[in-house]
Amino acid sequence: MDISTLRGIFTALALIAFIGVWIWAWSGKRKRAFDEAANLPFADDQLDADSKEANDEP
Amino acid sequence: MNAQATYNYKVVRQFTVMTIVWGIVGMLVGVLIAAELVWPQLSMNLPWLQFGRLRPLHTNAVIFAFGGSALFATSYYVVQRTCQTRLFGDKLAAFTFWGWTTVIVLAAITLPLGITTSKEYAELEWPIDLLITVVWVAYAIVFFGTIVKRRVKHIYVANWFYGAFILTVAVLHIVNSAELPVSMTKSYSVYPGAIDAMVQWWYGHNAVGFFLTAGFLGMMYYFVPKQAGRPVYSYRLSVVHFWALISTYMWAGPHHLHYTALPAWAQSLGMVFSLILLAPSWGGMINGIMTLSGAWHKLRTDPILKFLIVSLSFYGMSTFEGPMMSIKTVNALSHYTDWTIGHVHSGALGWVAMVSIGAVYFLIPRLFGREQMYSIRLIDWHFWMSTIGVVLYIVAMWIAGVMQGLMWRAVNDDGTLTYSFVESVQAMHPFYFVRFLGGALFLVGMLLMAYNVLKTVSGARPVDAPIAQTA
Repeated sequence: MDISTLRGIFTALALIAFIGVWIWAWSGKRKRAFDEAANLPFADDQLDADSKEANDEP
Repeated sequence: MNAQATYNYKVVRQFTVMTIVWGIVGMLVGVLIAAELVWPQLSMNLPWLQFGRLRPLHTNAVIFAFGGSALFATSYYVVQRTCQTRLFGDKLAAFTFWGWTTVIVLAAITLPLGITTSKEYAELEWPIDLLITVVWVAYAIVFFGTIVKRRVKHIYVANWFYGAFILTVAVLHIVNSAELPVSMTKSYSVYPGAIDAMVQWWYGHNAVGFFLTAGFLGMMYYFVPKQAGRPVYSYRLSVVHFWALISTYMWAGPHHLHYTALPAWAQSLGMVFSLILLAPSWGGMINGIMTLSGAWHKLRTDPILKFLIVSLSFYGMSTFEGPMMSIKTVNALSHYTDWTIGHVHSGALGWVAMVSIGAVYFLIPRLFGREQMYSIRLIDWHFWMSTIGVVLYIVAMWIAGVMQGLMWRAVNDDGTLTYSFVESVQAMHPFYFVRFLGGALFLVGMLLMAYNVLKTVSGARPVDAPIAQTA
């Protein structure tokens, strides 16, 4: 097998990996987990409200 | 309240404050050397003030001191908040702060003295390289240790980007800094000739890709949704964005070596991967900006959001310009001209600095227990000064760069050069002045920020927020 064949195989593998990531990301099964993850920055919103104004009291 | 029940905000506060300090120092040196190009007598014939010595000081200060501190501060904040646990290893985290600060101070001493490896963005000599390695390994342990002990199921996308940045920079630094010391202050690269050049730009471009892009994208994925008050536009897209971006960036480095001794196939490979890079870059930009969809009105009243969103616009602009400049025929015109400097600054000032400034304005009130910054109006002023400053800078450099390129390649009918080099230097003069103005405006904006922060924190008691109990 010469180097060009190897390069061709590598390119095909890279393409398959790329399409694989798309399919994985868009599969219905992942939706709930992604929605949970996307809301992580807001999971502790109450905390911000509590710790604010710690110094703003008169 | 025992220490375990709160987040470690101390190290975040230290790095956040130093972000502002190093930002001002680094940009001040930048404005100074920009002025030296307009008025060369400013160096007063002192070796320590020569452009050649201060330029690496400027790049190291803004990238590693300002940008680095911003990345340490935000990554420590984001990883704690989205993992709902205290930072792993308090002492180790403190060590990363003092270690990193020592690295910066050593850089500020050695570079003006002319102690340098002469590798761009890796100028620091071997003892400092070793210290960087130790600090970076400690950083990785603190960051990934926190991820391991997280109290939530998922690892938020921002942490993926921060993680990739930490891991890759470790590999880049160790490989590119492989050097043979001959004295305490001098070493030679272990790589010969063209291989050294390739390793250097594999490092150099991935410093852009992972230090100045992946790290700051992590920042973007937390602070844009937070400030906009809504989750990121598409989490799925962010996943594809992550894997596509990190696997493409690795190969783009050779575009720094077009028409050199590097094998032609490697140059073409670098060009092709740079062109592909446009797709994930714009995917990320669109994802960030579209997070605002349905809440565009917030841009009218919130200058912090303006900083964050406009930084993404500059990111989109420079990630379009970059692939174009990597095309060999375009590069034949643009390389070695000021166009490159303009491109770098639309990324560095427009994207990196502006997204960091937005994040700092977000963090300061939260770290010091204030409702908001001392003056929102001053943030708005800062925003416009930064934006106008960047635009002045990059427009001046575009014109200067294209003109340089055209002057250098112009030939007479008999094959002789139309212009001598010094004629092209003279033609730059007005544009160097405009660049100086743009940079100075950006710096004054930073001073405004320092004043605003000082007013916000004076009299405030630092707070360490208790860890959320949502899990």
